[in-house]
Amino acid sequence: MKYNEKKYDKVVKKHTPKNNCFVNSIYAFIFGGTICTIGEIIKNLFMNAGISSEEAGTIVLIILIGTSALLTGLGVYDKIGKVGGAGTIVPITGFANSVVAPALEFKTEGFVLGTAAKLFTIAGPVLVFGYCSSMIVGLLSLIIGG
Amino acid sequence: MNYIMSFIIGGLICVVGQILIDKTKLNNAHILVSFVVSGVILSYLGIYEKVVEIGYSGATIPLVGFGNTLAKGAVEEAAKSGLIGALTGGIKKTSAGVGAAILFGYIVAMVFKPKMK
Repeated sequence: MKYNEKKYDKVVKKHTPKNNCFVNSIYAFIFGGTICTIGEIIKNLFMNAGISSEEAGTIVLIILIGTSALLTGLGVYDKIGKVGGAGTIVPITGFANSVVAPALEFKTEGFVLGTAAKLFTIAGPVLVFGYCSSMIVGLLSLIIGG
Repeated sequence: MNYIMSFIIGGLICVVGQILIDKTKLNNAHILVSFVVSGVILSYLGIYEKVVEIGYSGATIPLVGFGNTLAKGAVEEAAKSGLIGALTGGIKKTSAGVGAAILFGYIVAMVFKPKMK
């Protein structure tokens, strides 16, 4: 059979899985919304126990990060992520997942240059850009006021 | 009511991420980086504080909220202790989350075996 470029493109298009942005967005909405609501529920439990709003918020982040790290280790988070898409990437749980997943994968390269170094594959850039931009904003607030 | 607003705002922020993934060539790392930086900018402009007022945890749990905390810390500390505060504020205020991620991340990566894909 002879293929020219146009025919080839058609065949490729036919066999590429359809990427339905609308359906993906609905899943992202549901999963992202659920994770945030769980966080709000935990936060309220702590606030009812007499912990200040700010501290409760920090505790919630730590709990979510710990849970997500554990679920990533168990291989569950990646399965949830296949359905939830950005709904599982954008919340802080996705950040924790991005810390654990590469560290786990490159374990065979050793404790130092494998696990420890790969913890920062994605977290590294996030911290570099996050920290730098926060310092710029801090300096700006000194110069022109916050 | 807090729960409903958390769900809606948190969900909407994630939808923005999903649209960026589907419609542009950005990958997960790009999304995380750009969300954190936009959080810092929106916080500095005073916009994100209003989103937190409406969205509660729906605004603080997505990574934009992490950027918001970074900027808030930097501005607060800069007001207190000047130049050094501008450098330390953001890191101080987010250190609990980053510390937890490193600690739990390392422990989990040491304990579990990689899953075959």
